[in-house]
Parts: sequence; C-alpha cells; structure tokens
Amino acid sequence: MLKLQNLTFEIEGKGKIIDDISFEMPSGKFLVITGPNGGGKSTLARLIMGIERPTSGRIIFNDVDITEKSISERAKMGIGFGFQQPPRFKGMTVRRLLSLAEGKELTEDRCCNYLTQVGLCSKDYLNREADFSLSGGEMKRIEIATLMARELKLAIYDEPEAGIDLWSFKTLVESFKTMSKSRHESVMIISHQERIMQIADDVLMLANGRIRAYGTREEILPTLMGELENCELSPEGSDNKWIS
Amino acid sequence: MDQLTKTILEQVADLHDIPQGAYNIRQDGQSAGRRSTENIIIQPKKDKPGIDILIKPNTKNESVHIPVVVTQSGLTDLVYNHFEVGENADVLIVAGCGVHNDGSKASRHDGIHTFHIGKNAKLRYVEKHYGQGEGSGERILNPTTVIEMEEGAYCEMEMVQIKGVDSTKRETSAKLKAGAKLIMIEKLMTHGRQEAVSNMDIELNGPDSVTQIISRSVAKEDSIQIFHPKAIGNERCRAHVQCDSIIMDRAKISSIPEIAANHPEAEIVHEAAIGRINNDQLLKLQTFGLTAEEAESVIVEGFLS
Ligand SMILES: Nc1ncnc2c1ncn2[C@@H]1O[C@H](COP(=O)(O)OP(=O)(O)O)[C@@H](O)[C@H]1O
Ligand SMILES: [Mg+2]
Repeated sequence: MLKLQNLTFEIEGKGKIIDDISFEMPSGKFLVITGPNGGGKSTLARLIMGIERPTSGRIIFNDVDITEKSISERAKMGIGFGFQQPPRFKGMTVRRLLSLAEGKELTEDRCCNYLTQVGLCSKDYLNREADFSLSGGEMKRIEIATLMARELKLAIYDEPEAGIDLWSFKTLVESFKTMSKSRHESVMIISHQERIMQIADDVLMLANGRIRAYGTREEILPTLMGELENCELSPEGSDNKWIS
Repeated sequence: MDQLTKTILEQVADLHDIPQGAYNIRQDGQSAGRRSTENIIIQPKKDKPGIDILIKPNTKNESVHIPVVVTQSGLTDLVYNHFEVGENADVLIVAGCGVHNDGSKASRHDGIHTFHIGKNAKLRYVEKHYGQGEGSGERILNPTTVIEMEEGAYCEMEMVQIKGVDSTKRETSAKLKAGAKLIMIEKLMTHGRQEAVSNMDIELNGPDSVTQIISRSVAKEDSIQIFHPKAIGNERCRAHVQCDSIIMDRAKISSIPEIAANHPEAEIVHEAAIGRINNDQLLKLQTFGLTAEEAESVIVEGFLS
C-alpha cells in the first residue's frame, strides 16, 4: 500500500532529519510510529502527506509514485493527516470545518456523531468557532474529528493524545478501534501512549531519522517497554538513553 | 423595477421583491418607492434630501428596509437620514447602498445617518455596501453615522463592504448614556487600488455603559486600509476594541487605536492584529483536497463571515 524507498530529508545546517528510510506498510494495517522527541516522526508524516518534499528517495502509494504530487492530489487519492499542532481558523465554525473535511455540507446529526466520537459534547461545539477560544485539547479533538469525517485509504494522526485528559483519552482509543478502523483502510498513528500501541498491528520505532525497529506489536512492544523502564529509572532520565 | 436594480437590491439588502413592512427605496437621487406602517412612519425631509424614520415607542418585531441604488455614472448623491427609535422599541433596520457604474465618471453616494435610540430600546442595524460595473469611473461611498443612545438602550450595528467600492471614508461616532450598550461590527474587504478609511469615535458618558467594537478586514492586491478607532470612557464603563486584519499581496493596512479613560473605573481594552494568512491553515485545508487558491478563499470568507 505505502512504500518508502531510500527517503531522505535534509535541512541545511541541521543535517539529515530523515536518513535513508525504506519500509513498506501493507494495506489494512494499524501502525503506530513511536520514538524520542526530535526523532523525525512528524517530518516523516509530513513527507508522506506532501507538506514537505524529500531531498531524495521515492514515495509509492498503491503502486503510484506520489513523490512529486501536491498535497491536495494526495488528499484526493485518500491520504489524510491530523496535525500535531492543528491551526485555528477565525470565523470558521466547527461544523464548517468538518464539512470541508468531508467535502460536503454535513447534517447536524452527522457532525454531532463525529464530535461524540472524540469525546466532545457535540451540541455545544457545532456552531462554535474553531479559533483561539477553544482549548488546546478541544482543538486537538476537533482535528481528529476532521480525519474521522473522511473515508480514507491512509489516515495519519500525529500525536492525537497531546493535550487530552485521561478520561477523554479512553473514549478516543475506543474511537480509533471502531470508527477509524471502519472508515480508514489503513491507519498510521504517531504516539507515545501504551494504550494506543496496545491496539496496533505493527509498531515502528524512529530515532535520529532512522528506523530502529519495525515489526508486529508482539515483537516490538516488550523490548520497547523494557527500554522505557530503563529510561525512567536512569538518573538522567533523558531521551538519549532511549536511543543509545 | 428593472433587472439591474433588482440585482443590486439582492446584494445590499437580500431583497428579492418589495420588502415586508416599512421601506424606502432610493434610486439615483430619487425615491423609487416608500411605505409607512402604523408604527413606523417614513417621511421626506423638508429642508434637505433624505428621510426621517420615526419608530413609535414600544414597536416590537418590525423591520425597516432603506436600500439605495446608484446606477447613473457621474452622479453625486448626498442624503441625510434620521432614525428616531422610540422607547422600548425593538426593531431591525436594513440599510445598504449599491453602486453600478458603467461610465467613466465617478459615482458617489454620501449617506449621513443620525440615530437617536430611546430609553431601553433595542436596535439591530445592518448596512451593506457594494459596487459593480465595467466603467472606469470610480464608485465612492462615504457614510457618516452619528448615534445617540439613551439610558439602557441597546444597539448592534453591522457594516459590511466586501466588493467593488473603490474608495470609502467612513465616519462613525456614538455617545452612550447610563447602561447603554453598543456593539459595532465592521467587515471590510478591499482589492485592486481601492482605499478605505474608517474613523470611529465612541464616548461612554454614562455609568455602566458598554461598547464592543469588532473590526475584521482583508486587504488584497494594492489596496490600502486605515483604521482609527477611538474609545473614550468618561464614567465607570467597559469598552473593548478589536481590530483584526489579513494582509495579502502588496496591500497596506494601518490601525491607529486610541483609548482614553477619564474615570478611574473605566475599563478599556484594545487589541489589534495584522498578519498574513497562516501557512498551516492553508496546508490543513489542502489536506482536505482543496487547492491552495481554494483554501485561501475559504479562509477569507470564514474570516469575514
Ligand atoms: N522545517 C524544519 N526546519 C528546521 N528544522 C526542522 C524542520 N522540520 C523538522 N526539523 C527538525 O527535525 C527534527 C525532527 O523533528 P520532528 O519530525 O518534528 O520530530 P518528532 O516529531 O519525532 O518529535 C527536530 O530536530 C526538528 O527541530
Ligand atoms: Mg512530532
């Protein structure tokens, strides 16, 4: 379904953010990408969506080379992306934003349904503006709803858990299990949450722009959890420990 | 009514036909239709061009439409309208001016509107300005609005100019007595070589008077916008002025706020922001399948909605 071939993204003065990555994600999978902050996860997702262009390498999506395709072309091919830090829109209601996501004017019922899926009491939010009057967590959930509103071949979520309290998070994980799996053929979630990893088919660990490990949840999770333990016990408690 | 006039009336007053209730339609400096109702009397001024709109006290849930249409190239139309809103009334006034200029000479409408809003009366006022036509002649609109609010009066004014007006100079002033509340919403879009100037002067003279001024604008291409909102608190009061602009292409925008407090319990806040469309907003909408151009117009439309 998705194939990355020797993908590299280099920034002058910063070096290789993504360093010669190749991997294949089969169709129908629920993949979690994890790894330390600054490891290149968001950059990888933005390369797949077309927000960033690689320095070299190819991206193949359902047998089509999309490396040169624009963001909206990729969107029309069925790729969706939930931002780590979603932008706000002055004057745009939540309902309008979700309608733009789905590509048609949404009925109130449908909108409410999507909002409930992400743990927002829908009636209060429909006609609110998706601007700075919303908290970070609220905006983040609406961002997730904009993906849930779309039928996608590949849905990419960048740290959906950020800014969301534990209670809402439980609902959210349920939604990923049901909603996302039924509307999205394949799902890629960038996350640090064990709860999300627990529902993954596969887990990929990215550090320093390279793949450190990639396999089934059963294969990867035990070692990963081990490393995390060590990390917490170590006096420095730093991310570096995790990579080394 | 011809097709051109109908098109303009739709643009400025959402009118598809002769409106319900009281109305006055002015076309090319003359009255093209007028109706008074039991509670709302519209009568021409004796000493100068314009009308007096007298709304009786306690009039509830009625509306007045007073659109102006200018289709004659080279016409300068100056009009004085006075609105007397009686105590405890609750009404909607829909004003608006559309200029169609196919000629080479400037067409201009200067509307001078004065309002007296009685005790505890409630007024919602909507005014849209619109220009069209292929001619090289400029379309100029210079509205002056003077508002006087009695104790406990409430007024919400929405003034929109989003297309086709080459030059506009807006003068707005208001004086508020005790407990009066004024909400001013101004929405402006300019493009080409258009110029827009908006001066506002709000005096809060009575205790617990409140005003909220919201200005949203988009300046495209080589257009120029200048805002000068001024709020003066002479009593215990609250004022909030918010100017928010999107700047594009080679446009220029200045926002020159002025706030003054002449009373220790006057609480006056001003916020102003001018900036380009945020890149992440454009990217986000592109991930829905919109092109960059489509994304831009969706953002502008939302911002001015
Ligand atoms: N456009 C950019 N300009 C400069 N540095 C960037 C840019 N994009 C990413 N980086 C850098 O690349 C590294 C990886 O960032 P990111 O992909 O956001 O990591 P992660 O999502 O794993 O935390 C970071 O050091 C970040 O500062
Ligand atoms: Mg990230």
